[in-house]
Amino acid sequence: MSYALLIRNARLVDASAPDPRPGSLLVINGRIAELDPVEAPSTARWVDAHGQWLAPGIIDMGVFATDKPAFHFGGITRAALMPDGAQQLDNPGLVERAAKGGKPDLWVHPLAAATKGLAGRELAEIGLMQAAGARAVATGRARIADSGVMRRLLSYAAALGLTTIVHAEDEGLTAGAVATDGEMATRLGLPCAPAMAEAMAIARDLALVEETGAPLLFRQVTTARGFDLIRAAKASGLPVQCGITPAHLFLSDTAMGDFRTFARLSPPLRSEADRQACLAAVADGTVDMLSSGHDPRGPEDKRLPFAEAQPGMAGAESLLALGLNLVRDGLVTPGRLFALLAANPARLLGVNAGQLAVGQEADLVLIDPDRPWQIDTKRMAAAAGNTPFDGLPVQGRVTALWKGGVQVR
Amino acid sequence: MTSPASLRPASDYPPGGLAFPHRDLLAIAQLTPWEIHFLMDEAEKWVEPNRQPSKHSDRLAGLTIINAFFENSTRTLLSFEIAGKRLGADVVNMHAAQSSVKKGETLIDTAMTLNAMRADAMVIRHGSSGAVQLIADKVDCPVLNAGDGRHEHPTQALLDALTIRRTKGRIEGLVVAICGDVLHSRVARSNILLLTALGAEVRVAAPPTLLPPALDRMNVTAFTSLDAALEGADVIMMLRLQNERMDGAYLPSAREYHALYGLTRTRLALAKPDATVMHPGPMNRGVEIDSNVADDPDRSVITAQVEMGVAVRMACLDVLTRRARRVEGWA
Repeated sequence: MSYALLIRNARLVDASAPDPRPGSLLVINGRIAELDPVEAPSTARWVDAHGQWLAPGIIDMGVFATDKPAFHFGGITRAALMPDGAQQLDNPGLVERAAKGGKPDLWVHPLAAATKGLAGRELAEIGLMQAAGARAVATGRARIADSGVMRRLLSYAAALGLTTIVHAEDEGLTAGAVATDGEMATRLGLPCAPAMAEAMAIARDLALVEETGAPLLFRQVTTARGFDLIRAAKASGLPVQCGITPAHLFLSDTAMGDFRTFARLSPPLRSEADRQACLAAVADGTVDMLSSGHDPRGPEDKRLPFAEAQPGMAGAESLLALGLNLVRDGLVTPGRLFALLAANPARLLGVNAGQLAVGQEADLVLIDPDRPWQIDTKRMAAAAGNTPFDGLPVQGRVTALWKGGVQVR
Repeated sequence: MTSPASLRPASDYPPGGLAFPHRDLLAIAQLTPWEIHFLMDEAEKWVEPNRQPSKHSDRLAGLTIINAFFENSTRTLLSFEIAGKRLGADVVNMHAAQSSVKKGETLIDTAMTLNAMRADAMVIRHGSSGAVQLIADKVDCPVLNAGDGRHEHPTQALLDALTIRRTKGRIEGLVVAICGDVLHSRVARSNILLLTALGAEVRVAAPPTLLPPALDRMNVTAFTSLDAALEGADVIMMLRLQNERMDGAYLPSAREYHALYGLTRTRLALAKPDATVMHPGPMNRGVEIDSNVADDPDRSVITAQVEMGVAVRMACLDVLTRRARRVEGWA
């Protein structure tokens, strides 16, 4: 029995065009069957989008929890799960379980731990984890300190066709630090490290990419010097990509004022100059992905003195709305926003989704791009309300969500 | 810094409770110049009574003050305990070593427990920056910060300022050199904020490994040469160097630190002839300061600092409990 869904009177937006265009979309048996169909099967269910945006479901690159209510609220249909969330994904069994964790209405793509126990010494069973469903390799919340191990990892993962996803901070410089060097850290008396700890880590990994030819994603780049290095590397044709979360685009280290632990992030919030550099890197195309870094943390991790609190924010719910800020500020087109949110992550993970293209999985999100709402830490769908954007008025809300053609919200 | 508040002459504070409208004393950063002056003037009133044979007052009789020290301390705890007792309050001390903190209780739970015991004021020291504010947000009584991590130690800065004012007659226009481990020092942060707020020229001198970033943004000139910082100084504040900084991570050795950054007679001669020497204690004699400087009665005011400490803490406890005691003009 075939199942058909026709969404009409929508404005279609994806990475293939800068601006939304009026249109309709036909789903048959969970896949996108036709754009602007002339006719639909008589059994098709019709949905009138009333002119709202219809976009590919968001693919969130690098989350720390399978937090379905938050993902669905935020229009996220697939999430790439970091290997050091609730469980350490360093063996095939755990990867296989994690991959099934959200089905059917949320697909989790586990990222294989690069090394055993994420200790940075011995390669984990990357090939077996790939067979169990891992879509890429990740070093977790820290980088691999040993350059020899990192080099072997890159070439090994590349041979399997996997991208390596890294955290970029030099652990020697950032040991014990919870903030970026600057007036704010000094006034608050917080242990801090220079922002260039990021550029140092990026520089090493770029040299290793040049050496091995292996594809690499810097999950979060947050400094002007880091982006300068990546721009140059991309210009010389190296297979590197980089991502960012909204926190580093819309907040600087002043958000740590009053020791607000929801603003304790990794990497830490940066100076205003670096924040501006992040926005510029989004605008000029250097940034490839915008993700939430979703890491819900309860009071046991956050209601602590700043330096003792765990880093991380619950970002899944606000990802889309904050991304739309980039559109309203004229930094990206709607089409480019969905390249950052869907098409580029899909390509890296090698999944048949991320665009409104015939034959792709019908992971679809209907968005009222102007609907106002307020981020409220006390009223969140996420497992915990640790957002540094508490109280911020935003615009853009998911009004419907389909995973594989089945409405899940 | 040109809000109308800071244009008011520092010595001219408003009457009654308006002179100090805060429930807590958490940081010098929250105070205006006149609030600082007010606290110093209040402290001044206790200096003479403290020198009398009978020092007891019953101003805080019936009130309970909890000194909750999550980090070891001898002199600050003693100073607060004496201050509370001289005011007639019931003073209870809680040491982290004997508390349920060691049993894994969270800081917030400990704070809620103390709060339920209905203290009238809490004096809190904690090893982590911001921890005292975190507790203050959860309790119903005035909270006094007795030092939080590297952040602030407001009563120390007040007692230092009072000592300077009594020695030099003023603070505005003085050149004050703060020397030593500024990076890890809450004493340095509070003093920088207080002294710059009252118009002193503040210099800091430290090895580059012990200088925090962006000091220029706090209206301070940073020196890596102690000699250069001492040139023409009116006041020299030495900071304690923690033993664990001398193991090679920040500094090669204690003796090298003494050679480069120790306050010796020779170095003292670079400052003004009447320059005053201060130290928050406890001192590492022969490391950051030589004994013949520390013990020089003409130059060193280190014991006077300790004496002023009690007066300042009495004043703070008195002022912070005035609302609860329904003092006229404060209720």
